[in-house]
Amino acid sequence: MQIIETAKEYDAIIVGSGAGGGMSAFILANSGLKIAVVEAGPYFDPKDPSTQTQMKWPWESPRRGASSRRAFGEYDMSWGDWKVEGEPYTHEEGTEFKWWRSRMLGGRTNHWGRISLRFGPDDFKKKDIDGLGENWPITYEELKPYYDRLDKMVGVFGTNEGLPNDPDGYFLPPPKPRLHDFFYMKGAKKTGIPVIPARLSILTKRINKERGVCFYCGQCNRSCNAYADFSAGSVFIFPAQKSGQVDLYTNCMVKNVTTNDEGLATGVSFINKEDLMEYQLKSRAVVLGASACSSARILLNSKSKQHPNGLGNSSDHVGRYLHDSTGAGLTGFIPAMMDRKIYNEDGVGGMHVYSPWWGDNKKLDFPRGYHIEIWGGLGMPSYGFGFNASGLNEHIGGAVGGYGDKLRKDVRRFYGSVLGLAGRGESIAQYDNRCTIDPSVVDQFGIPVLKFDYKWTNYEVLQAKHMTDTFEEIITNAGGVVLGEKPGKEKDYGLLKPGEIIHEVGTTRMGDDTRTSVTNKYQQLHDCKNVFVVDAGPFTSQADKNCTWTIMALSMRASEYIVEQFKKKNI
Amino acid sequence: MKRRDTIKSLLVGTIAGVGIGTTGCKTDLTEGIEEVATSSGYGRTPSELALDKKLAAEVFLTEQELSTIAVLCDLILPATATAGSATDAGVPEFIEFIVKDMSYHQLPLRGGLMWLDGEAMKRYEKQFVTLSEKQQLSIIDDIAYPDPKNLKPEMGPGRSFFDRMRNLTLTGYYTTKMGFDDLGYVGNRPNLWDGVPKEELDKHGFKYEEKYLSQYVDHEKRDVLAEWDASGKLIS
Repeated sequence: MQIIETAKEYDAIIVGSGAGGGMSAFILANSGLKIAVVEAGPYFDPKDPSTQTQMKWPWESPRRGASSRRAFGEYDMSWGDWKVEGEPYTHEEGTEFKWWRSRMLGGRTNHWGRISLRFGPDDFKKKDIDGLGENWPITYEELKPYYDRLDKMVGVFGTNEGLPNDPDGYFLPPPKPRLHDFFYMKGAKKTGIPVIPARLSILTKRINKERGVCFYCGQCNRSCNAYADFSAGSVFIFPAQKSGQVDLYTNCMVKNVTTNDEGLATGVSFINKEDLMEYQLKSRAVVLGASACSSARILLNSKSKQHPNGLGNSSDHVGRYLHDSTGAGLTGFIPAMMDRKIYNEDGVGGMHVYSPWWGDNKKLDFPRGYHIEIWGGLGMPSYGFGFNASGLNEHIGGAVGGYGDKLRKDVRRFYGSVLGLAGRGESIAQYDNRCTIDPSVVDQFGIPVLKFDYKWTNYEVLQAKHMTDTFEEIITNAGGVVLGEKPGKEKDYGLLKPGEIIHEVGTTRMGDDTRTSVTNKYQQLHDCKNVFVVDAGPFTSQADKNCTWTIMALSMRASEYIVEQFKKKNI
Repeated sequence: MKRRDTIKSLLVGTIAGVGIGTTGCKTDLTEGIEEVATSSGYGRTPSELALDKKLAAEVFLTEQELSTIAVLCDLILPATATAGSATDAGVPEFIEFIVKDMSYHQLPLRGGLMWLDGEAMKRYEKQFVTLSEKQQLSIIDDIAYPDPKNLKPEMGPGRSFFDRMRNLTLTGYYTTKMGFDDLGYVGNRPNLWDGVPKEELDKHGFKYEEKYLSQYVDHEKRDVLAEWDASGKLIS
């Protein structure tokens, strides 16, 4: 196949247009650099009426919103999920990892939960605290100025609580709790667990003239038409394009980074999905923001004489220390919420309150912590609503089953009477948990695919046990009963599979020691000074927080470092 | 009524203080409304749309099966004084599509319908649809409830079939406009969430915490650009 070289040379090529790539595009373009953004999926704008799902009714689709074709329901705004047609991945025998990929401009930020939690001071030095894993080469104090700017630039609601490891910020006002939140707060208070307003990147108040303000449809996962939630397209890419410095390449799947005789990057090679031809783009720097595992794949597929083990991989650390958040949940039925007055409580797209980690690991049989997310309420019915509608009668001595008017009454009685709790916690990054290149499998573009090798340790299993024990206590203290069987030891206490929480990080971890890390603290490859990674790959450790806010703060910092390097003519 | 009209009329209702009960709604809501463009279709990508057209053109359930399904749907959800029946809401058409989209429903549904006709033949020597409603209900009463004491184990297949029929009927019904009206769902429209109605709070003995009341969203200021002091306190 002929490889088509383009004459154009950029200052930087950014691979991926999600949280990390989007932020980098915004910073680099506004600093006057000429950049290309290369995205593997098609163009997407939340405002485009042809793809819009926000404010749709279930009956507008014959499948009523069901998840048979999109993993989180057909109105969820993610093109691609744990399966992408034509792009397989494989597993080491006896291991499991589920890999979510969104193939679209803005990536996963179009549908994510908008939970925006800063890491705290302890999260950067956990090894000092419990001797496990590795410390970050940076501190909270170094990252704080970027978090502060991020809060104002992108917008996040919440409250300043003065908590030691859940730092304050510049918050927009949070929405008032809903009824099920009150029951949660009641149960949590009795259990001795703190509850504070949630922190989500949704505009409850105007922050600029370009973006709208939340109108409380509760559908951020459908990507907001008014740009009132954070999506990388509407918040970073479109504004960056206004600088005139950005060429956007969509439907272009990057295969590898190209390098020269000195081992420096010269650009990228990609497959154009529309003509299936391979193209080369040239640049002075390459910025990978393809997602932790995709960026690792690109690096591992960029072998050359100078980089025989893959680009940036002289340490054999690319792909290692892959880790996802832990997750487990329980659902409770709260009889006091039966026969509810019905009103519009869609609220914001996500929880209104949550519990940051409160525990003391010295008194527990597992390291690290988790936060608790809450769901419930008078949600919009879609496929699945009404399944086992009369089953809750079992808990109040009513008749299960039946038909006719009795059923209508059951549906109405139990509507909104359920409270769901989900734990999202920190796992310990393991040297042996990794993705590598499968030596014998390629995707439909002929690019070698990733093979995953990931196992939870007993730490994560014990953490999940603590989650479900705690949730049972909270639900009981809220006056409720746990629904379904509480998962026991044989089910790892309900611990979800690796990759299911979609917080995978660590594959190109940062560090000062070039033998045990892939990038330096500015996310620059130790082995190649003009290649940077701005997604979650450089995370030394996950915290008991969601990773997006930290991806963006780090990407802002790394991108400004890149601009500085250009100014100093180091690149 | 077109959706755009629906939203407009709701908006009028909202400003007039009718409708959406809990929000002290302000006229600035119009700004939000203008930003919610409506569109036709349901946001499919070209390949998704092609798939749905293909599914729609396929045939799985026979006319005979669909007529039995229609009878079952209306036994499960007959019309009331204020709401239409399951067939009024188009539930059989929904089931016709959904079993093509989710093929795991196909065998249990087809087999269950055969079981039902077999039971009708055994008891009355007629197919289920041709029985009188009283006769139909005599069978349904045997399969519409759990049987924890295992008094009628031979009804087991009918029970699991009826569970599935009931689930599909309810979900098909309550995901229509008619179902929303019957349930009373009033969301999926622009509004300003301002907390749980006072009478609901009082009923449960809850109240908003004093320390947060001044920090929650003030919709009067939603359009005022956010500003903070150096300590991170919102001052606008």
